[in-house]
Amino acid sequence: MTGEKTVLTGVHFMSGDIACAEGAIAAGCRFFAGYPITPATEIAEHIAARMPKIGGIYIQMEDEIASIAAVIGASYAGLKAMTATSGPGFSLMQENIGLAAMTEAPCVIVDVMRGGPSTGQPTLPGQQDVMQAKWGSHGDYEIIALAPSSAQEMFDLTIEAFNLAETYRVPTLVMADEVVAHMWEKVVIPPAEEIRIVNRKKPDMPPEKYMPFMPDDDLVPPMACFGEGFRFHATGLTHDEYGYPRTQSSEAQMRLVQRLCDKIRKNADKIIRVEEQMLDDAEIVVFAYGIVARAALSAVKKARQQGIKAGLVRPITLWPFPEKHVARAAEKAKAIIVPEMNCGQMVREVERAAKGTHVYHIPKLGEEPHTPMEILEFIRRHSK
Amino acid sequence: MTEAVEQHPLSKYLRAAMMPHIWCSGCGNGIILNAFIQALDELQINLDKLVVVSGIGCIGRAAGYTNVDSFHTTHGRPIAFATGVKLANPELEVVVISGDGDLFAIGGNHFIHAARRNIGIKVICANNFNYGMTGGQVGPTTPLEAFTTTTPYGNIEHPFNLVHLAAAAGATYVARWTTLHVRMLTMSIKKLLQRKGFSFIEVISPCPEIYGRRNRMRTGLEMMEWFKKTAVIANFSDPAKAEINLERIVVGEFVDVQKPTYEELLHNKMAQIMKEGEEG
Ligand SMILES: Cc1ncc(C[n+]2csc(CCOP(=O)(O)OP(=O)(O)O)c2C)c(N)n1
Ligand code: SF4
Repeated sequence: MTGEKTVLTGVHFMSGDIACAEGAIAAGCRFFAGYPITPATEIAEHIAARMPKIGGIYIQMEDEIASIAAVIGASYAGLKAMTATSGPGFSLMQENIGLAAMTEAPCVIVDVMRGGPSTGQPTLPGQQDVMQAKWGSHGDYEIIALAPSSAQEMFDLTIEAFNLAETYRVPTLVMADEVVAHMWEKVVIPPAEEIRIVNRKKPDMPPEKYMPFMPDDDLVPPMACFGEGFRFHATGLTHDEYGYPRTQSSEAQMRLVQRLCDKIRKNADKIIRVEEQMLDDAEIVVFAYGIVARAALSAVKKARQQGIKAGLVRPITLWPFPEKHVARAAEKAKAIIVPEMNCGQMVREVERAAKGTHVYHIPKLGEEPHTPMEILEFIRRHSK
Repeated sequence: MTEAVEQHPLSKYLRAAMMPHIWCSGCGNGIILNAFIQALDELQINLDKLVVVSGIGCIGRAAGYTNVDSFHTTHGRPIAFATGVKLANPELEVVVISGDGDLFAIGGNHFIHAARRNIGIKVICANNFNYGMTGGQVGPTTPLEAFTTTTPYGNIEHPFNLVHLAAAAGATYVARWTTLHVRMLTMSIKKLLQRKGFSFIEVISPCPEIYGRRNRMRTGLEMMEWFKKTAVIANFSDPAKAEINLERIVVGEFVDVQKPTYEELLHNKMAQIMKEGEEG
């Protein structure tokens, strides 16, 4: 191997997309399949330059459907695998995101959100895919979705996404947005030995005893990979613990699909990460994620300077949704304000969790995220 | 004296727990699977390093029936999935067994691009001229004027000539047989497994239950008689001229060439980049 480093320890000036690519590499990702789309393209371009130097695979597939299919294949063949796309490509991937959920293929999908629907606004930011992230494929299932707010978090949360994907054998999404992807910021990459890396749990029984979809107590089955001599079958059909189709059994359907949901739902407290700021006495709570959360934090600080008891809830995991955190903040608050770059998506979850506390949505579409002043204006209005 | 044998000599290649299979009597899928495992046996393929991938459809169940690492993907996507497997671990022998609808309608794009890149995966296509699993609709190989549930007045779409398509897209081994040609098919699958690059076999396969019934061939036997009457072997003839119609089914091997595979080019490129990195 060359002197090429896999972990670029040091202080860098990087775009979010590049930081994301470096995060993937640092997490151990050695397979990337993708299809170019603004504003996610630089992830692919950076990985295309880096992978061959560190013994990893980059392939540009014929479309996004092929990309996610290849990622699932590579994951089953033993590599940590990722793709990156934006809205239209994310839509195309949905069927196979369901396949990854059903066959418990650990993988990471980065969706750099732009304005939609359809081809929408290729170069402008949005937060319009956050519900698709949760409900995009057909059927009941759970995924994990993380929302970075900075270039640094594009690096950190991409690593986290791989760790969660490997821990729970679940497709894990990084829901970034155009601003976070394209902004250049300081990114600190720690020494390799300080980066926490999780690898999938392997079977410790002989092949004759192995049941590929028999979960442990944590509801996650150990994962054998192709070529390791276990000779197992995996299918997108409803299957039993052996992986064999049981399409006519309502009992098998209930057992499998419930477990796929429960392995995330019952572990939600371990998965969920939230940044909470100034909530102790907060009367006005702002709930914001991604790039918008930065303007929101600035607005909350300005409000405090003006004597308004404002606080911030920033979900780092969008899914599973941090219900308890929102409920706790809502108990004391007069109002929750949700600035979002869409016409109203996560706000519905906030309403559900806030149980009666007034929730106000500040939609914003188009060119730029909410400014701190816009959010401050709202805080002031509702503090009276 | 001969001893009673408890098990079929090829039973190790099949997953007993998956039996009975779902295929209709007279269906060609069993013959294809049989030829495949026969080829595995004759070549003594290392079963621990073999991966069988299928799409959706009747023949899509073949992956589950084969007692190796196997994956039953979504409709149309087995080649894209297999591409990921092969690149992630080039030591694996990756075989896609799927239907004409799966590989050439919804999955057509993946087929031509995998052939173009010359990824070292091997594709066996069961062509039964229709969508069996969903009840016999028209597909990309349904002959003109054939009756299907969605062409009740006769098909007006020109069908694909799969061997021509595969050859044009860059496949390095291309053959077509019918399920009547079991021995040739087995020989051909053996060749396929020994080729390095993207390789393709089309197997014309009877679907008496669904396709045959609507097209004056009610049983598997009648369909096989059609193959017998009309099949002509024309090895290495122009695949563009390899027609399939009621009077003539052209079978044989059409392409057998060598060129560097995607994996080889990729790994050579990687080695070169790493070497330059060391020197530079
Ligand atoms: C996205 C999607 N569209 C449609 C289907 C329904 N479907 C299942 S099998 C099939 C056709 C399969 O035809 P073919 O590949 O020729 O296989 P056969 O059943 O004839 O062996 C279709 C359309 C599906 N499963 N997924
Ligand atoms: S429907 Fe046709 S292809 Fe499917 S199993 Fe029956 S005969 Fe075979």
